[in-house]
Amino acid sequence: MDAAATRPPNDELAALAREARWRIVETVAASKAGHIGGPLSATDLLIALYFAQLAIDPADPQREDRDRFILSKGHSAIGLYAVLALRGYFPVEELATFDHGDSRLQGHPDMLLTPGIDASTGSLGQGLSAGAGMALGAKRLGRDFHTWVMVGDGELEEGMVWETVLSAPRFGLDNLTLIIDLNGLQQYGWPAGDADRFDRSEPVGHVDLERVFTGFGWNALTIDGHDFDAILGAFDRVTADRGVSGRPTVIIARTAKGRGISFTEGTYRWHNGVATEEQLETARTELLGATGAGR
Amino acid sequence: MKAQRVVWGETIADLAATDDRVVVLDGDLATSTRADIVADRVPDAFVQVGIAEQNMVGMAFGLSTLGYRPWLSTFGVFLTHRAVDQIRMLVSQTKAPVRIASAYSGLLNGSSGKTHQDIEDLAIMRAMPNMTVIAPADEVEAEAVFRWAADFDGPVYVRVARDAVTPVFEAPYTFEPGQPLLVADGEDVTLISTGVQTSRTLDAVRILAERGVRAKLIHLPTLKPLDADALCALVGDAREVVTVEEHSRIGGLGGLVAEVLSERGTARLVRIGLEDRWSESAPNDFLLDKYGLSPERVADAVLAQTAVAV
Repeated sequence: MDAAATRPPNDELAALAREARWRIVETVAASKAGHIGGPLSATDLLIALYFAQLAIDPADPQREDRDRFILSKGHSAIGLYAVLALRGYFPVEELATFDHGDSRLQGHPDMLLTPGIDASTGSLGQGLSAGAGMALGAKRLGRDFHTWVMVGDGELEEGMVWETVLSAPRFGLDNLTLIIDLNGLQQYGWPAGDADRFDRSEPVGHVDLERVFTGFGWNALTIDGHDFDAILGAFDRVTADRGVSGRPTVIIARTAKGRGISFTEGTYRWHNGVATEEQLETARTELLGATGAGR
Repeated sequence: MKAQRVVWGETIADLAATDDRVVVLDGDLATSTRADIVADRVPDAFVQVGIAEQNMVGMAFGLSTLGYRPWLSTFGVFLTHRAVDQIRMLVSQTKAPVRIASAYSGLLNGSSGKTHQDIEDLAIMRAMPNMTVIAPADEVEAEAVFRWAADFDGPVYVRVARDAVTPVFEAPYTFEPGQPLLVADGEDVTLISTGVQTSRTLDAVRILAERGVRAKLIHLPTLKPLDADALCALVGDAREVVTVEEHSRIGGLGGLVAEVLSERGTARLVRIGLEDRWSESAPNDFLLDKYGLSPERVADAVLAQTAVAV
């Protein structure tokens, strides 16, 4: 159950991430609608969580002492579904039902339908608060599990996030960790200049997040969200701190929107989108190699 | 006479003393909502969340996933309006066993005025799937509702009035969700009321009696789910029905009864409630009189707007 004790080597995590990315772009193309950029920026973090960190048991998704994970940026659901499928919560083939009628895989995560989902999300800004409630409950009940929440950087514009940032240290929630998927782009966002109307500035690029969170009483770490050594190192610091500092931790993970595929990486225009047959072939080659065989 | 908010604080403290699942989340209004009774008597069951209602709903949801049965306690207006998306997403959609104690509900809120009057809550909350919506009439029914809610496995919204009203019911009282109750019988006109307005409407029935009009009064503590068959049976073959509520005439009790009657009955409906306009800050008696909810004004309206006046 303790994933951190039996972590796969980084090249294996990287291969899993490439496969997850392929499933994301393939599934969205098949369902003809869905998000691309956010799921791809979060993939390495999700793979690291589910294959190298979370104490979970896919055969018993509701196990009481499991670590909790909340994808507050619920529109990245397909990224989470791909990782849950690879981790064994449900068959990979079920991804093909994403966004279809009667499917367990809704456009936004639904805890009542999908095994492995700890909180329903979809309206931005709510996940951290739900996680704080879980972490507070764990403290009150003397349970040792950890609660992880992922938000997007654009999501930090929601005021409710800051209600929780302000109050979480009061409850001593060192069993709560916020991961910011800082991919630097939101759906449309803020024009960066006049020269190119498709040039966009970072949602919170003007904010010193480490300083802000530290000022609110949190531990803060900034990492490269695509570097497994950095991600796992941050996870280790969180684990070592649990029960020690009384402070929640934020991991500010610098990522690239649309990461891993040449035509989606770094452009806000692939916030959502459906790849053409030709683009799918390009993505398959880039992610899985010329044979498309994967790992 | 005891105010519902005091009954709420005392009952929840009572429940919390023996049930570890009970926890009260306060939005820094404990001395008003009387969550301070819980804080004083069972400190471990009290969680101060601060002036952050959206976070309060989210944390209650998180706690509920671990087996807790949290009560949200603050002025209703900050829950049903400011945190409505959080209630919709995290409580209604997930069927989380979160209890919403909507304090200072309705028009009468201690002269805080229109910013704090919650006269749309029933319309908003009854439109939400999975939500049980209750408006108890008095202290006796309120206590029964709070005790019933403790074991109910789903979201519950309860109106909790600030000020005491003349009791309608006598203890012992067992709350049956969904059931309409016959409070007074009469042949001339049929009234339906909910929440603490039922107490004032019962006084209106007495005034009508003095004027020679025998009114039937049905109390509807549960707006959702509703046993519509039972309501129709109580309404019988009445040709006119009057709803009376401390709520907007749009979407609350009047709206609910209109839906039921238009589907099943032929009675003409008169809706007494707050007009589609903003109110003001003033003492209770002034507000009840000016906005047509005092017993005298309700009796006047019944006489003026139904055939019994002819």
